[in-house]
Amino acid sequence: MASSKRKMSRRTAMTEIARGAGAVCLGGFSLAALVQSTAQADARAMRPPGALPEDDFLSACVRCGLCVQACPYGTLSLAEWGTEAAVGTPFFTPREVPCYMCRDIPCARACPTGALDRDIPSIRDANMGVAVLVGHEDCLDYKGMNCSICVRVCPIRGDAITLEPGEFNGRKIMIPTVHSKHCTGCGTCEKHCVTGHASIRVLPRDLGLGGDGRNRAGRDV
Amino acid sequence: MNWRAIIADNRRLNMQANGILRAHKWWLLRRASQIGLLGLFMLGPMFGIWLVRGNFGASQILDSVTLSDPYLFVQSLAGGTLIVGPAMLGAAIVAGFYLLMGGRAYCGWVCPVNIVTDTAFWLREKTGLTRDRKLDKRTRLMVLAGTILASFVTGTIAWEFVNPVSLLQRAFISGIGLGWGIIIAVFLLDLFVSRRAWCSHICPVGAFYGLIGRASVVRVSAANRSACTDCGACFNICPEPHVIVPALKGKGSPVILSGDCQNCGNCIDSCPVDVFRFSNRFSMRLTDAPDLTDAPKTSRTPIPERSPRPAPPAH
Repeated sequence: MASSKRKMSRRTAMTEIARGAGAVCLGGFSLAALVQSTAQADARAMRPPGALPEDDFLSACVRCGLCVQACPYGTLSLAEWGTEAAVGTPFFTPREVPCYMCRDIPCARACPTGALDRDIPSIRDANMGVAVLVGHEDCLDYKGMNCSICVRVCPIRGDAITLEPGEFNGRKIMIPTVHSKHCTGCGTCEKHCVTGHASIRVLPRDLGLGGDGRNRAGRDV
Repeated sequence: MNWRAIIADNRRLNMQANGILRAHKWWLLRRASQIGLLGLFMLGPMFGIWLVRGNFGASQILDSVTLSDPYLFVQSLAGGTLIVGPAMLGAAIVAGFYLLMGGRAYCGWVCPVNIVTDTAFWLREKTGLTRDRKLDKRTRLMVLAGTILASFVTGTIAWEFVNPVSLLQRAFISGIGLGWGIIIAVFLLDLFVSRRAWCSHICPVGAFYGLIGRASVVRVSAANRSACTDCGACFNICPEPHVIVPALKGKGSPVILSGDCQNCGNCIDSCPVDVFRFSNRFSMRLTDAPDLTDAPKTSRTPIPERSPRPAPPAH
């Protein structure tokens, strides 16, 4: 502080400014590197309903935990250091406790910053991820049994997951089929799947969906 | 072992003069404030008593008023998000509060890390650890600028990825796992590496509130500076000793005007002759010494003569 009152030559002043700017850049870019290396959320960690896209979310969430405390089911928690998501940010692990899709969306309504969209019209518009049948070798339906647990527990019953007839190894089977337009990624199916590691899992949409193709056949029209 | 051995050396003169309670008055109030605030936030998650929700990052008081940390707001802005809604107003309320009560009153009266670093400082004294790698006080301003830069570069609230201040309060409200490592690192840094390293040299949260503090109203005044015996207790106990010099030894305003001052009251607690008191930044009032009405109190035990200390520690 005293240095500002001290008389200094232009040369000294320039040196001091350059030194300060250097220190700021060193510190700033080191921190930036650390942030980049730890900001990536684990695909198993889902954001609460109404969450902004991850990039925007990380600059809007102040880690206050109001959403966590608003959740009546204890679904959400704030990430600890070095766990599933950026430290202090809210997430849930569907296999443990899924989102029960409250109609009044108390978690999103509690967010003071807009990191969760407070004005999301309905929980059905939430996009926490998308359920994907990942364990074809283990899914009981593929083994020729008649399991319909994921279909029956789905809170958007009849729309988000249906059993569609198909054929596998020359056998007629019923295949659990997710309709991504309706699925909110609440994770209830993942929670209740009877196989060891859940054959149906919620993934972030960019991991769980194929996306539009580059050729005509794959394009969404 | 005599229990008095745990009393900080710099409080002893006032303890002899005015008793143990007066020598710890503001310290006790600060600890009550720090622990009480944290406790208030723990009531909800632990006992289901929801007077306040959230944590120090943002909170909701009695389900009505939203408060939020203005430093987070600034980083968020640098990261490309203008926080609108309740948190924006909440950040303004908090900034206004500290503009009134002293910017770094946050450090002295709210921040839980202050307890950790004060403990390290106390332990330094009791164990005779004197190793002190001198750090520049402006380091924190560079760290502050660095966090804004990093927020801008990464599009995140960058300091929250390491911030021991928010980690520690969250440790009690919701848990931080390995984040305790960072808290321990801060403690060890303050204990072994440098005197008051974290709070007075590095922490950008303190630096941010220090900027608010440059204009804040409630301040400590060395109103009774003519009574000063040069015992040095206030300089030695003060987390930012440089702030005392102009007020105590200068000819101008007796008020400690530096934004670095935490309004912690350590100087008031340690002074055996009641030089300091809480006042406001506009007060030019000086007490004429010797104040006779105070005489019986201050002379409960005669103050031992001490050779005047030549100069306060230079930093």
